[in-house]
Amino acid sequence: MRIKNHPILGPLANKKKVMIDVDGRQIEAEENEPIAAALMAQGISVFHRTKKTGSPRGLFCGIGRCSDCFMIVDGIPNTRTCVTPVREGMKIETQHGLGQWKVDR
Amino acid sequence: MKEVEFAIVGGGPAGLSAAIEAARCGVKVMVFDENERPGGQLFKQIHKFFGSREHGAGIRGIDIGSQLLEDAEKYGVEVYLNAAVWGIFDGPQLGICAEHRVFRVKAKKVLLATGASENALAFSGWTLPGVIGAGAAQTMINIHRVLPGRRVLMVGSGNVGLIISYQLLQAGAQVEAVVEALPHITGYGVHASKLRRCGVPILTSHTVKEATGQERVERAIIVEVDHQFEPRPGTERDLAVDTICLAVGLTPMAELAWLAGCRIAYIPELGGHAPLHDDNMLTTAEDIYVAGDLTGIEEAHTAIEEGRVAGIAVAESLGYIDFTRAFELKQQAKDHLGALRKGPFGEKRAQAKVRMIERREHP
Repeated sequence: MRIKNHPILGPLANKKKVMIDVDGRQIEAEENEPIAAALMAQGISVFHRTKKTGSPRGLFCGIGRCSDCFMIVDGIPNTRTCVTPVREGMKIETQHGLGQWKVDR
Repeated sequence: MKEVEFAIVGGGPAGLSAAIEAARCGVKVMVFDENERPGGQLFKQIHKFFGSREHGAGIRGIDIGSQLLEDAEKYGVEVYLNAAVWGIFDGPQLGICAEHRVFRVKAKKVLLATGASENALAFSGWTLPGVIGAGAAQTMINIHRVLPGRRVLMVGSGNVGLIISYQLLQAGAQVEAVVEALPHITGYGVHASKLRRCGVPILTSHTVKEATGQERVERAIIVEVDHQFEPRPGTERDLAVDTICLAVGLTPMAELAWLAGCRIAYIPELGGHAPLHDDNMLTTAEDIYVAGDLTGIEEAHTAIEEGRVAGIAVAESLGYIDFTRAFELKQQAKDHLGALRKGPFGEKRAQAKVRMIERREHP
């Protein structure tokens, strides 16, 4: 959920919107916001599943220090979605286990 | 290889303040920060700071951050963003990764101002999405303007836990409770009072026992604890929350200081392992200075003053200012530090800092 009005920060600025593809679903995001913020604004909280038990993981530290928000972004696994800004047409996939490379390294 | 007089790792309050002081004296400064934006954690601190008026009390963190960036630009500090420093070598040289390129920078002096990271707390269900660092919640609501959840349990009643609980209320969330394992609230009374006036219960001698839910947190079980922090059977309570925020302290990010061979000490009052430094903020490694949370967990104002001391000391050692001028300038910053470390909360840190400096001189 987006915070539209804030007693200190004022109304939410009207930013340019971009479209991203999340597991095949088209989602609207605000230009330059981190992928994790765009996902959470849509109520998406599971970003990847662990290799061993498949249990869900989501945002944890929010500043690029842990590895809980890893997803496959434009074919690159283990991308830190909390510090990676969205770009128009970006393809984002829930990562399973260690993920796999989908582009040439 | 790129060469610079003064290379700074970290563009938060400590790093920027050091950069400004040194650049003001004529030193060529480069700041490297792994983040997309400079300012460290200042831009999520929308509350007014404490302390005396001359240390920017009553000013919000976001405004302090903007002022630092303006000054840095004015004095010609070069700030490199999205530039992660991954190594430090003799010379001293920094290993940097930016824009998918790896390179080294050689500097005459290096300042490490890498800050701190939040501590985690392990309990049953703590890996579920919805269990997040309190700082993560603060980043989401105040910078990205996204609410991480609607009903929150806050773990920890230090200033971080109290302030962020209040900011979650401001952002429109409901804070069901703050739990604190100690028998007393550990943050400032004024922050606790604000929360209580909003009807948020602060439960001392309580902790979180378990988080449950399928795909994310759906419930939290809290429990009363005795003086040994053992749960009292039969006191469990079930809270319907979708988010559990952990505000259980911070740890200095000392990796680069370890790599540089700085002598490190374990000082619990300062958050754990931190590099020892002298009263110029110089570590035991040649030409390597430190400032801010890396040298012990405090807050933005002490980071700013420590950064100033380091920046002035560097300008002095490179011959840009003489001993007398440097002494005067450093003394101003040290007086501020002394004032900031007064009172029941600051006293312990002040003593720990004195011990830290003594230990560097007499291991």
